Amino acid sequence: MSNELLNELTFFVLSIFVGIEVISKVPTILHTPLMSGTNAIHGIILVGAIVIAADASSPVNIVLGLIAVTLATTNVVGGFVVTDRMLEMFKGRNQAQKSDAVKETTPTK
Amino acid sequence: MNTIIELAYLVAAVCFILGLRQLSSPKGARNGNRIAAVGMVIALAATLPQRHFTTAGVIIIAIGVVIGGAAGSIGARTVKMTAIPQMVALFNGVGGGAAALVAVAELLTFGQHPAFANSFPSVFSIVIGSVSFAGSMVAFAKLQELMTGTPITYPGQQIVNGILAAAIFGFVIAVLAVASIPFSFISLMVLALVLGVAFVLPIGGADMPVVISLLNAFTGLAVAASGFTLNNFALIVAGTLVGASGSLLTKLMSDAMGRSLGNVLFGAFGQTHAGAAAVAGKEGRSVRTGTAEDIGTLLAYSQRVIIVPGYGLAVAQAQHAARELADVLEKRGVEVTYAIHPVAGRMPGHMNVLLAEANVPYEQLKEMDEVNDEFKNADVALIVGANDVVNPSARNAPGSPIYGMPILNADQAKNIIFMKRSMRPGFAGIDNDLMFDPKTLMFFGDAKDSLTKLVSAVKAA
Repeated sequence: MSNELLNELTFFVLSIFVGIEVISKVPTILHTPLMSGTNAIHGIILVGAIVIAADASSPVNIVLGLIAVTLATTNVVGGFVVTDRMLEMFKGRNQAQKSDAVKETTPTK
Repeated sequence: MNTIIELAYLVAAVCFILGLRQLSSPKGARNGNRIAAVGMVIALAATLPQRHFTTAGVIIIAIGVVIGGAAGSIGARTVKMTAIPQMVALFNGVGGGAAALVAVAELLTFGQHPAFANSFPSVFSIVIGSVSFAGSMVAFAKLQELMTGTPITYPGQQIVNGILAAAIFGFVIAVLAVASIPFSFISLMVLALVLGVAFVLPIGGADMPVVISLLNAFTGLAVAASGFTLNNFALIVAGTLVGASGSLLTKLMSDAMGRSLGNVLFGAFGQTHAGAAAVAGKEGRSVRTGTAEDIGTLLAYSQRVIIVPGYGLAVAQAQHAARELADVLEKRGVEVTYAIHPVAGRMPGHMNVLLAEANVPYEQLKEMDEVNDEFKNADVALIVGANDVVNPSARNAPGSPIYGMPILNADQAKNIIFMKRSMRPGFAGIDNDLMFDPKTLMFFGDAKDSLTKLVSAVKAA
């Protein structure tokens, strides 16, 4: 087994433990924002998409690269923005009253 | 140069970990999301300088980023709060699709006999990424009501799924041990897409948040696998973090529904008949309906009212009307609280978000464990567009698909007002005995209109 692979396996295993540990105390009301936030983080596949797209020259690679970059960018941008919108609702009442309660939907009054 | 890139990836990984930690506490959640976004920017910025770019490469990256960026930001900004779960499903699916395509592109460069350490993660990423993509699209379609939310089952379904899984396994072996040729891994991708669809079809719409969370963890693992293929540290760490935390989150979400993950995913099998029989036995019973005036008077002369909001409130955007009703009741000295079931609406925390938007004071929002003992002292339980979360069959009908799910004890209140659009069953697709309870008054209509009518009726009482 190469040194590089060994290093990668080490990171992989340690990341599993960190991933579990770091969110183990999440309250129910944050389940969905957390799901959405982790969803945005796996948009890191954009790095991989850029790597395969960068030196594309054959038609197959151009098509694959283009689709992969498009999908991955949608994942990153959409993921972070939608999580932010969800969490915007959780901020303190006073702030919410001033700005966003009016912006998001038209109140019935 | 390489050292700087690796260090930048390390900084990005730290940002992701800190971001996740903050995301799991109410105070820091929004910052957590931003810290993770900063990590993403760092990782992307570090990736660009190390590349040799072809002209075509630069062009497709630019086009992809512009289209994807526009689609992502417009989608995320314009989606209604009620439709957020399906939006998350969509964003998750495209990530899984990207991971699978990256793996395909890599396999093409490896030749016919790649080393196992290269081919195995690629194949893994293709299968899991494709399942996640297709499964997420079905979840989206179910939540968006482009297709029925009820579980879709047919005779021999498990056999078909079994054959599908076996075929995928066969092609995996073919790619790994025989020859890595495009025919094999394209077939693998197609079969995995079909499996993704087949996997989500038999799961009911109400369980979609759990499924989306699971597919989210899948995408994380597919991304990590692509990281092994590309020898990219950032992909491995970030993907694995999501895979691990997403798996735990999936378990926490099914726990919140009082069910095992296995029951959520495979519960539709073998239960259809019991469910159908139970429904058939309930035909022909009558319900009581009330007028706005009756109910307004009842509310106005109560001492304690507990509002049970559900998805109907979210759809009708009735949170402001609910707040208004609570306000006029409180002016008359009625004590009003909101009982929030952990999975009310279509995602955990859905109701908290909506009611916070209408500036309902946090003290009035009570979680299930906190409020369940208070129902027996309540004069009225006002159920606004909720259904499955107050369905007593979760307690007393072992054949029911939601049997075992903790529910709100709305049936213990002295009076129950059930506000619904129609007698149509809830998202789980089952009848609710509570509607036929002699203490229950039905009040049909759109939640917002009905609440507005009740506000006038209370004012007049």
